[in-house]
Amino acid sequence: MAVLIDSDTRLLVQGLTGREGSFHTQQAAKFGTTVVGGVTPGKGGTTHDGLPVFNTVADACRETGANTSVIFVPPRFAADAVMEAADAGLPLVVCITEGIPIVDMLAVMRFLEGRATRLVGPNCPGIITPGHAKVGIIPGHICKEGRVGIVSKSGTLTYEAIHQLTLRGLGQSTCIGIGGDPLIGTSFVDALGLFAVDDQTEAVVLIGEIGGAAEEAAAAYIGQSFSKPVVGFIAGQTAPPGRRMGHAGAIVSGGQGTAASKMAALEAVGVSVVRSPADMGSALAMALS
Amino acid sequence: MKIHEYQAKALFSQFGIPVPKGEVATSPAEARDAAERLGGRVVVKAQIHAGGRGLAGGVRVVQSTNAAEQAARDLIGLTLVTPQTGPDGRIVSRVLVEEQLDIARELYLGMLVDRARVCPVVMASAAGGMDIEEVAARTPERILRENVDHDSGLAAFQGRRLVFGLGMQEPAARSAVEVMRAVSRMFRAVDASLVEVNPLVVTTDGHVLALDGKVTLDDSALFRHPELRELRDLAEEEALETEASKYSLNYIRLDGSIGCMVNGAGLAMATMDIIKLSGGEPANFLDVGGGASAEQIRNAFRILMADANVRAVLINIFGGILRCDVLAEGVIAAVKELDVQVPVVIRMEGTNVTEGKRMLTDSGLNFSTADTMGEAANAVVAAAG
Repeated sequence: MAVLIDSDTRLLVQGLTGREGSFHTQQAAKFGTTVVGGVTPGKGGTTHDGLPVFNTVADACRETGANTSVIFVPPRFAADAVMEAADAGLPLVVCITEGIPIVDMLAVMRFLEGRATRLVGPNCPGIITPGHAKVGIIPGHICKEGRVGIVSKSGTLTYEAIHQLTLRGLGQSTCIGIGGDPLIGTSFVDALGLFAVDDQTEAVVLIGEIGGAAEEAAAAYIGQSFSKPVVGFIAGQTAPPGRRMGHAGAIVSGGQGTAASKMAALEAVGVSVVRSPADMGSALAMALS
Repeated sequence: MKIHEYQAKALFSQFGIPVPKGEVATSPAEARDAAERLGGRVVVKAQIHAGGRGLAGGVRVVQSTNAAEQAARDLIGLTLVTPQTGPDGRIVSRVLVEEQLDIARELYLGMLVDRARVCPVVMASAAGGMDIEEVAARTPERILRENVDHDSGLAAFQGRRLVFGLGMQEPAARSAVEVMRAVSRMFRAVDASLVEVNPLVVTTDGHVLALDGKVTLDDSALFRHPELRELRDLAEEEALETEASKYSLNYIRLDGSIGCMVNGAGLAMATMDIIKLSGGEPANFLDVGGGASAEQIRNAFRILMADANVRAVLINIFGGILRCDVLAEGVIAAVKELDVQVPVVIRMEGTNVTEGKRMLTDSGLNFSTADTMGEAANAVVAAAG
């Protein structure tokens, strides 16, 4: 029955009245997501596109019964927005914002310790469960309900994977964009753990990129306790060392975080690693057959 | 954002981290005057952002003011090539003239955010002055680490654990703890993503000083530090990359012949990868961002075409909600306006794809379209010849 979001999701939008917030909220509602309201400090009591706006997340939760929040606020206010959502007790917070200072994220990560809130992101496209709900900016029309889970550090590369699967008639259970920052709330391992116990998910596409060691950690987890077929792709095989490739976390430094190391680690535990991003769909079809 | 050694050392001083006496000079005469004030026996150090200057001849130890002047004459204007500059090297436009020290011991001190441990970490090693990455790879046990509390910084006991672990003795040990704690305070205060002191030296008379300094600031946090933003040295950056950043384009120049224009960092990297797999070489990484408006497409083309090595262009836009007819209109306008002569292969996904493709084909310009990334990569590699 998919993971993280479904037909029971009641979505609150932090930064609803901004340009991005407005647009993507309309898209989410059109996709069938139950959107219950928004938060913009100072605009409490008003409505925006027919949705009630609140000054605080706590007010919004009390009035609407929201169980998930998505954050579209500018980078300098985003860390505070995550902490406000966690403080209000929301079980799932998805932060789309890119460019949050790393020190702010350290504070967020510590704030989340011991709380029941799961953070997805920041700097991510969000989550989509085709046929049920979407939280974030993943285009709904390229998706199809089905049995493949996707977990990815990249936005548009996730769309590419979804597209390849859908064209082959392979639907998706849930697609999770975990984000391209060095510090993120939900890791590959966390996402794989969710897919492991989800009956609907029969196979997983894992899309990593250079930088850090999250893919190596995922490989260790897969080797120990993940039995569903996994197809992997690592972006940045041709990236020059020492350069940050767009995402704050995408950098090979001191010989660490190379695509080669990640691909080798995943291959060693039986993941079907494709060299070409064009082969993600066909490899998954093969893994399922 | 990277800053120069002399700028890093000015920050060190502000935070109570001792550094050698020194002055920046932009001419041989200035270097001579500085050397005179510092007593004649000095070190003249080329100021460029890349490391590895010593081995490349960018650091001169001299024994007189005349020799200091000559060293500055040699270095200023020189193109210095180190393993970190790339083959084109960097032009030296200023030198740091510093007093010489009598060094008893060289140590390594560094601080960065550890992604896996989700906290800042202070690293220290007795292998000072060496390439720390090599030490980490070959003899990781020679690097001592302390995880740091984000708010309170490196505790005194953690500092002691490090200095005694390095085999230091009083009174230098006590000074080194203070230096480490000051580095940790500075790391937090300036929103650094990396601070390195390599080497941290102990002089024969027991003083502890930062002989070199490398500081990288978190770009995302610069809005909090307008005074630090001023330290940016555009001369150290690739001109096209600086130009691109003005338009929120994320561009990195590479040395191939196929220009790429992509929305999203991951897809942009993957596009480079597939070009290489198809037998071509990418000329750049270019992320135009999520929107890919007509304005962004025009700016992107201008940046791409300023690289004379580009023989063909691949546009790979996965818009999702983006309208492909609008994208096609933007591409056609930009190619006409900028008189782009090289073949352009376009792969796009979004709404109105068929209409968008028809517009491109009917434009009479040198366009070809592809349905998949694989097709697009093959087509552009063939077009580049």
